[in-house]
Amino acid sequence: MALISIDHVSRIFGDSNRKTGIVALDDVSIDVGRGEFICLLGPSGCGKSTLLNLIAGFDEPSQGTVRVGGQVIRRPGADRGVVFQQPTLMPWLPVWENVAFYLKMQGIGKAIRREKAQRFIEMVGLQGFENHFPSELSGGMNQRVGIARALLMNPEVILMDEPFGALDEQTKMDMHGELIRIWRESQSTIVFVTHGIDESLALGTHVAVMSARPGRIRELIPIDLDRPRDPTSTAFNDYKRHILSLLRPEPVKDWA
Amino acid sequence: MMSFPSLLVAIYKRIERGIVPILLIAGWETFSRSGILPPALLPAPSQVVVAWADWVFGTDGNTQSYSGRWIFDSAASAFRVFSGFLLAMLLGVTIGMAIGWSRTVEALIEPVLQILRPVPPVSWIPLAIIWFGIADKPAIFLVFMGSFFPVLLSAIHGVKGCDRDLLRAGAMTGGTTVKLLCHIVFPAALPSIFSGLRIAIGSAWMLTVTAEMVAVKSGVGYVLWDSYYFLRYDIVIASMISIGLLGFLSDFVIKRIAAHVLRWQRGSTLQTKGG
Ligand SMILES: Nc1ncnc2c1ncn2[C@@H]1O[C@H](COP(=O)(O)OP(=O)(O)OP(=O)(O)O)[C@@H](O)[C@H]1O
Ligand SMILES: [Mg+2]
Repeated sequence: MALISIDHVSRIFGDSNRKTGIVALDDVSIDVGRGEFICLLGPSGCGKSTLLNLIAGFDEPSQGTVRVGGQVIRRPGADRGVVFQQPTLMPWLPVWENVAFYLKMQGIGKAIRREKAQRFIEMVGLQGFENHFPSELSGGMNQRVGIARALLMNPEVILMDEPFGALDEQTKMDMHGELIRIWRESQSTIVFVTHGIDESLALGTHVAVMSARPGRIRELIPIDLDRPRDPTSTAFNDYKRHILSLLRPEPVKDWA
Repeated sequence: MMSFPSLLVAIYKRIERGIVPILLIAGWETFSRSGILPPALLPAPSQVVVAWADWVFGTDGNTQSYSGRWIFDSAASAFRVFSGFLLAMLLGVTIGMAIGWSRTVEALIEPVLQILRPVPPVSWIPLAIIWFGIADKPAIFLVFMGSFFPVLLSAIHGVKGCDRDLLRAGAMTGGTTVKLLCHIVFPAALPSIFSGLRIAIGSAWMLTVTAEMVAVKSGVGYVLWDSYYFLRYDIVIASMISIGLLGFLSDFVIKRIAAHVLRWQRGSTLQTKGG
């Protein structure tokens, strides 16, 4: 049985100013199995974040149901770790306190929190910055703090919303490798939002290609490539060509 | 070696901020001594200093019953300011957070507060005297009335401005409502609360002095009003400056505490030194 199952979900945002509704998601159904790494790929505004927020429990669908482990999602929970599109750190807490925020919410003492945070700080390569405040770090470093915070909860599902958008290519590739290693070791299930075709092909066991207005899933593509993945290989580029053809606006397809 | 012009510039930079105050005081001294006004109406700065020195240190007894009592008068006023301010801070932050967080609480309490808010704090003086008599209590009550609303409004504002995504991050880590309030909403509201506290401490001093002028028989405000009856304008001016100094000092303390508590803002705001 699928770990995450999204069943005929629509999300319509009311717009009181214009007396209309924005259909962010239109009848989306998708199943994610345990241990899968699914990339949600699509243009800006196609509803990727909206879908992720529904799984996270930050938002409720207008129609349909979202289940994780058979339970209908109604609120956020520590079984689903979220890495936000913006770093979303507590600006008044130093790096290590942010990483260990989950433990603080569980009422765990300072010494243990400090100790447990260290492993994850090292995992994202931020040793030496433990006592810095978010305002003293770069955007990419903050994003890594957010990743460490989600990983420390050891969640069943990790939801990531364009987490590497603020990183340079080099760091991004390092983080990809790191993320794949973490995903394998922790045997978690990852839903990863991106608008980069290469990124989705470098990471995912599946790529769900979405289209905008209304937000729909055009195709769910299982990616059968060996790791580490070689972005110059023929197979990689075949997938890329296929995805590009899906993302191309529809009139072009009709004309072809 | 510094060249002569640049030395002049360096000296000028040193004294730049002092020039106008010194000119003003010198002008005032000259004007008072010129005899255009009867000297009693506008005592010269030197006369104020003599009166003040006696009030503070009991030097020559020229201030009579006040001689050497400055510290007690200041302490009496400071105690009232502190008590009323503390009360306003505790209640203002608590109620403000409740209003900012819960629409129900907002709907229940807000209308009453909106009616009370425009009532000038000093207009409570008659009721304060009837209810609390003539002692510390009416003054503390007035201070409270004056500093409660700035704290309350800043707390509401701070809570409402709390980033929704921070609360989502908190909920994601499994935080309960109470924990989210303590560990996210409150710290997020602190910058706003501190700016409210700084406004509040200003009105706290204002109202202590007002209360002491009419309803209390001690404190710097009382000395001010009492010396006015005795035509001792030098003591009046010394009281005014004392109040200014005490107010400045309390604001300075709050500023320093804010700079420490909000040190995480360094590097993210325009003003780098906690201001
Ligand atoms: N809270 C909201 N209220 C109203 N409309 C919203 C809200 N959130 C999203 N939308 C609308 O829903 C659509 C999808 O938004 P969403 O944030 O999911 O896009 P996205 O795919 O994540 O885009 P991006 O790649 O730019 O982050 C957009 O048209 C947006 O205007
Ligand atoms: Mg998005």
